[in-house]
Amino acid sequence: MKTIIRVQMEAFSVGDEYERLTHDPDCGAVVTFTGLVRDLPHAAIQALELEHYPEMTERMLQGIADQARQRWSVRGITIIHRIGRLTRNQPIVFVGVASAHRHSAFQAAEFIMDFLKTRAPFWKKEETSDTCYWVAAKASDQRAAKRWEQDSAQ
Amino acid sequence: MTRIRFFALLRERLGVSEWHYAQEKPVDVEALIRILKAESLAWETELNAQEVLVAVNQALVERSFIVNPGDEVALFPPVTGG
Repeated sequence: MKTIIRVQMEAFSVGDEYERLTHDPDCGAVVTFTGLVRDLPHAAIQALELEHYPEMTERMLQGIADQARQRWSVRGITIIHRIGRLTRNQPIVFVGVASAHRHSAFQAAEFIMDFLKTRAPFWKKEETSDTCYWVAAKASDQRAAKRWEQDSAQ
Repeated sequence: MTRIRFFALLRERLGVSEWHYAQEKPVDVEALIRILKAESLAWETELNAQEVLVAVNQALVERSFIVNPGDEVALFPPVTGG
């Protein structure tokens, strides 16, 4: 099965994407992750603006999917990331992995998200009712991605 | 000519989305950033204050990476997608 990479303004259907990943009769496991726009710790979010570096984004996502394939035996990989203006509760990102057994699918999906969060050129700007600011990168995301570098014996 | 692009917070702080440098010979990323800092005090202040990631021809690189005339360079803050 192939890798599907999409960077788009419009919403996606988790149901349709899941369905597509189930079409391979050799796959006994499909793991999906969906990231959503959520409220901030101390304020309701009005909107999220997602900027990206168009020429680099898809190439980077493809590279992350290729690395996941080198580490685990997986069949289908789907990565979808939205750009532009998103509002509360809307989906931002989708990662789906199909494989023969669950272990590879779980691991590959987590690896893809950890690498996407620290390497793919997307930037979030959050808007509340009275302010807007660029989201700062989190050290915890860096640690999560670093873990895969140390953990090379899969 | 080398095209240098800026994204997100860095684009807003520097006030431009790209800048062209009449580059004649290969230089490393570190030297290119020094050239940008020499453009204005405001740019020097911003580039010193912000954590900056660098991509050359759409791939992340270290400060020692050699940039050739005609390459596309991008400077941006740590990424926050997902």
